Amino acid sequence: MRALVIDDSRAMRRIVTRLLQDLGFVTDEAGDGAEALALLEAGTTYDLACIDWNMPVMDGLSFVYAVRERREWRGITLMMVTTESEHDQIVRALAAGAHEYLIKPFTPDALKGKLDMLGLVPARENA
Amino acid sequence: MSVSAETFGYVADLVRTQSAIQLAPGKEYLVESRLMPLAREKGLMGPSAVDAYVRDLRRNLDRSELTRVVEALTTNETSWFRDSSPFTALRQNVVPTLRAQHHGTLRIWSAACSTGQEPYSIAMSLLESGESRFSVLATDLSSAVLAQARRAEYSQLEMNRGLPAPMLVRYFVRSGAGWAVKDELRRLVTFAQHNLLQPPPTGGPFDVVFLRNVLIYFDAATKRDILARVRRAMRPGAFLVLGAAESMVGIDDAWERVATTSGSVYRVPGGIS
Repeated sequence: MRALVIDDSRAMRRIVTRLLQDLGFVTDEAGDGAEALALLEAGTTYDLACIDWNMPVMDGLSFVYAVRERREWRGITLMMVTTESEHDQIVRALAAGAHEYLIKPFTPDALKGKLDMLGLVPARENA
Repeated sequence: MSVSAETFGYVADLVRTQSAIQLAPGKEYLVESRLMPLAREKGLMGPSAVDAYVRDLRRNLDRSELTRVVEALTTNETSWFRDSSPFTALRQNVVPTLRAQHHGTLRIWSAACSTGQEPYSIAMSLLESGESRFSVLATDLSSAVLAQARRAEYSQLEMNRGLPAPMLVRYFVRSGAGWAVKDELRRLVTFAQHNLLQPPPTGGPFDVVFLRNVLIYFDAATKRDILARVRRAMRPGAFLVLGAAESMVGIDDAWERVATTSGSVYRVPGGIS
C-alpha cells in the first residue's frame, strides 16, 4: 500500500513516514497541499493520505476538497493529522470528505488503530 | 528504585523524536515499569536492570528494539472499541438474537470497566444500530478508575485511541484541554464499585455481560467460581463476551460457544436462537 504524508514540518513528516513504513506502507512526502496535488496529477496512486491542516500555499482542508472533486481519486482514504482540535473543525473536515481525524500529538498505537479501523493494513507488517 | 537521570533523558528524547509525545519529568516510574519486561527479556535483573538495558540500547541502536521501547511507553491498553470485533458481534449478532426473544430494556453489564471506554463504546454501538431501550451497568474494583469514568472526561491522547471521528463529533464535546461525553450518552451508563469475587451487582438479570481481559488474573478454580456467579446473574440465552485471546476451554463447559461471531462470545444455554 502507498501513502502520501502531507505536512509542512519536516520533523512531523519524518515521524509519520517512519511509522507508516514500519507498518509496511510505501511512502511519499509533500510539504503542502499543492505539492501533494501535483503528485496525484502526475498519476501516482495512493491508498492513504495523511494531511496536516495548516500549511502554506494550500492548506489541508482545501486539499481534501480538491481530492473529493475528482472521481478518479475516490479510492484514496483521507486522514487529517493535525493539532487543530476544535469540535467544529473536525465536523468541517468530515463534511469536506475526510474519512478520519487524528489529533497531534498521537501515539504510534493510535495511528495504527485508526488504520485498522479504516481497513488499511498492509500485508507485510514488521514485528 | 528508579531509573537514572541519564536513562530518563535518553528515553524521553527518543519517544519525543519518534512520536512527538513528551514524557514530563516525574514519569521516571513509567519508564521503569514499561521497560522492565524488555530488560528481563534480555536477562537483565536487579534494581538497575532498566539502566543497563538502555545502555545496551544506546550502544546497539537496533531499530526494532528502539521501536519496541517507543511502543512500550506510548501504548495504553484502554481504548475505545477495543479489539473492535466484540462490538461488531454485538450489533450484527447479539442484539438481533436477543430482540427475537424480548422487546424490553436490554440490560448490559460491563465488568472491570476501567476508565469507562468500554461501557461508553457499548452504548455508542447500540445507539448507532438504532437501539434505544437499553441500560449499561459498568463496574470496577477500583474507585479511582470509577471516578474518572463517572467524570466522563478524556484527554486528547485518550480520544485518539480507537474512536472513529464521526462518533467523536456525535457523542463528545470539548471540555478544557480534553473532551467530555455528551449527556445523551452519559445517562445510558451507570457506574458502581464491584468485586468479581463477591456476589453479582444488582441490576440484573443481564442480557449481555462484557468480561474481557480480567479472568487472566485469576487461577482456574477462581475463574470457575467467577463464571458461575456471573452466569447466575444472566438470563437464559444471554451472551457473555470474553477478551479476544480468552477461552472457556478447560474451565467451564456450561456455556455454548457462539460460532457465528469472531472473538470469544459465549451463551447461557436455554435461549431462542
